[in-house]
Amino acid sequence: MTTKLKVEHVSKIFGRNPKSILKKMNKDGGTKEQIEEETGHTVGVHDVSFEVEEGETFVIMGLSGSGKSTLIRCLNLLNVPTGGKIFIGDEEITAYNKSQLRKFRQDKIAMVFQHFGILTHRTVLNNVEYGLEIKGMPKSDREKVARTVIETVGLGGWEDKMPSQLSGGMQQRIGLARALATEPDILLMDEPFSALDPLIRREMQQELLDIQNKLKKTIIFITHDVNEAFKLGDRVAVMKAGKVVQIGTPEEILSNPADAYIKDFVQDIDRTKILQAKNVMFKPTAIGTIKGGIKLAIKEMKDNGISSLFILDSERKLQGIITIDDAIKANQEDKKLSDILRNDFETTDLEAYVQDLIPKATESKFPIAVVDENSKLLGIIVRVSVLSALV
Amino acid sequence: MNNFPNITLEIGIYAEMLIDWLMDNFEIGFDAISFILLQILLGIESFLLWLPWWVIVGIVFALGWRLINLKTGIFFGAMIFLVGTFGGEGLYWGLMMSTLALILVAVLVSLTIGIPLGIWMAYNQRIQSIVTPILDGMQTMPSFVYLIPAMVFFGLGLVPAVFATIIYAVPPVIRLTNLAIREVSQEMIEAGQSFGSTPWQILRKIQLPQALPTIMTGVNQTTMMALAMVVIASMVGARGLGMEVLTALGRLDTARGFEAGISIVILAVIIDRLSQAATNRFKAKE
Repeated sequence: MTTKLKVEHVSKIFGRNPKSILKKMNKDGGTKEQIEEETGHTVGVHDVSFEVEEGETFVIMGLSGSGKSTLIRCLNLLNVPTGGKIFIGDEEITAYNKSQLRKFRQDKIAMVFQHFGILTHRTVLNNVEYGLEIKGMPKSDREKVARTVIETVGLGGWEDKMPSQLSGGMQQRIGLARALATEPDILLMDEPFSALDPLIRREMQQELLDIQNKLKKTIIFITHDVNEAFKLGDRVAVMKAGKVVQIGTPEEILSNPADAYIKDFVQDIDRTKILQAKNVMFKPTAIGTIKGGIKLAIKEMKDNGISSLFILDSERKLQGIITIDDAIKANQEDKKLSDILRNDFETTDLEAYVQDLIPKATESKFPIAVVDENSKLLGIIVRVSVLSALV
Repeated sequence: MNNFPNITLEIGIYAEMLIDWLMDNFEIGFDAISFILLQILLGIESFLLWLPWWVIVGIVFALGWRLINLKTGIFFGAMIFLVGTFGGEGLYWGLMMSTLALILVAVLVSLTIGIPLGIWMAYNQRIQSIVTPILDGMQTMPSFVYLIPAMVFFGLGLVPAVFATIIYAVPPVIRLTNLAIREVSQEMIEAGQSFGSTPWQILRKIQLPQALPTIMTGVNQTTMMALAMVVIASMVGARGLGMEVLTALGRLDTARGFEAGISIVILAVIIDRLSQAATNRFKAKE
């Protein structure tokens, strides 16, 4: 893992004399509210530092007015920071001159906007071409690239429509396609799904995860929605009044909130949307094998006090499940293990969200088996762990 | 008698001094402007008169048909033909072409000045706060007043008429260009910037196309105001339909006054509807 983006003590203050206010703030301290009351300057961001790894989805979360939109605009210098430095790779972008900055924006970074920022006088295709046009790519080439990206975001067939003919969700796909078209290393997303209705929002989140799986961009994503932050973010930074108050993985923040503010923030979160199968499963310690036979299986169940047992082959591939009743009966009748194997249990993969396991857990009388793509058994989820995530 | 104290402040004299000073120092400049304007004006006028009448009727018909509908096209064509029949021997046809040339030049010059100035105002707060009160003044000042400096600078004839028309007609296009550019959504401009556009690219690829429908409304208003100025401008000797109205007024010739008046109305209606329909085309595209 290499560090893609490094933000060092970045501040952004709006007003007549931001530099001197920043100096005073660094020396004497003072909260955002105090500074605003005393000097009439607006403190957007104060002394924020963080690093983002290559290929990481880094979410900045905070309520409105916490400075998150100001901060993300510092990263492509739409807002020029009042103080601090920003590095992309080894380059200090805060030291760029105008033409270096333009080149940087053309090649390295792209942004998706809350209200889409779509050019309503251009067709979908021409919107997606915009960044390439600015880069100076010839017409025929950029059309080819744009059409490919339009396919990627699922807008195929809409190329020649005007944006106003598309729904909000589809308009944001234009925004996403336009940003992806220039093949940037870094994607800035400023509350891209906030203006969409909840159903479309979920769909777009899923799509972003899929696209990210394929493209592995470095994404900085802004949101005020905890569920969204924890669903999408590899790591999450929580902002409050222009400052970053905690940075960590969703699990870290959820299980160890830094202060009361964050605790409040994560309180109403739906854990089932954050926790995945891998977070609630047990390591499969009690298992039977085809080779081991019925007697060993019965002993395993008795020792562990369980009424059913997953049966694996020699390569740890899941073959089926047996119940204690069947096993005892079969043992008396001298049947083989393979005769009583059942397949009426549920399986899932490591990444599945607990939310989606709830119906499986309530319907099946057996534990849920967590398997990989080769049907190797990775873990077992019992009903109680799924349901306890609900509370 | 009222009891207002007997104080005399002569502000007018400063305006006169300013005009005199301008005349003394920039006479060559005014002569040059005058010469260029006159050449353009005469060029357009003789071109319009050189065109066979049916070509112009045909153009009006085609525009009305394509931009609005077939019925309107036929109606407009018939109306413009009707104007040609007034006065006999194509007298009014010629007058109408003179008026049209005057309007065209006034509008063209208004747009070349007005659109860049409007853009500049949108970009620069100081320019806006200087220009806005001047525009307010220009629009509230009785239009006759513009004839005085126009005559001082350019004497009698077509050029002062065009000059006065421009001053009278240019404010709407300036105002609406300024407004239109300012109203372009901040996010679209940020989007443009975030892809590394130059300010010029943002103006050309985002702001102007976005502002176009509103600017077109300004063009329409400027055109209509230029038309309204035609009668007044004829007082300084511009030939055209306005002069006919003035002559009729002088002779109390109701019949002639009516023909000239209705011709101006017809011209106004046709130009207004056509340019409005063109504007709506731009809006409908979005």
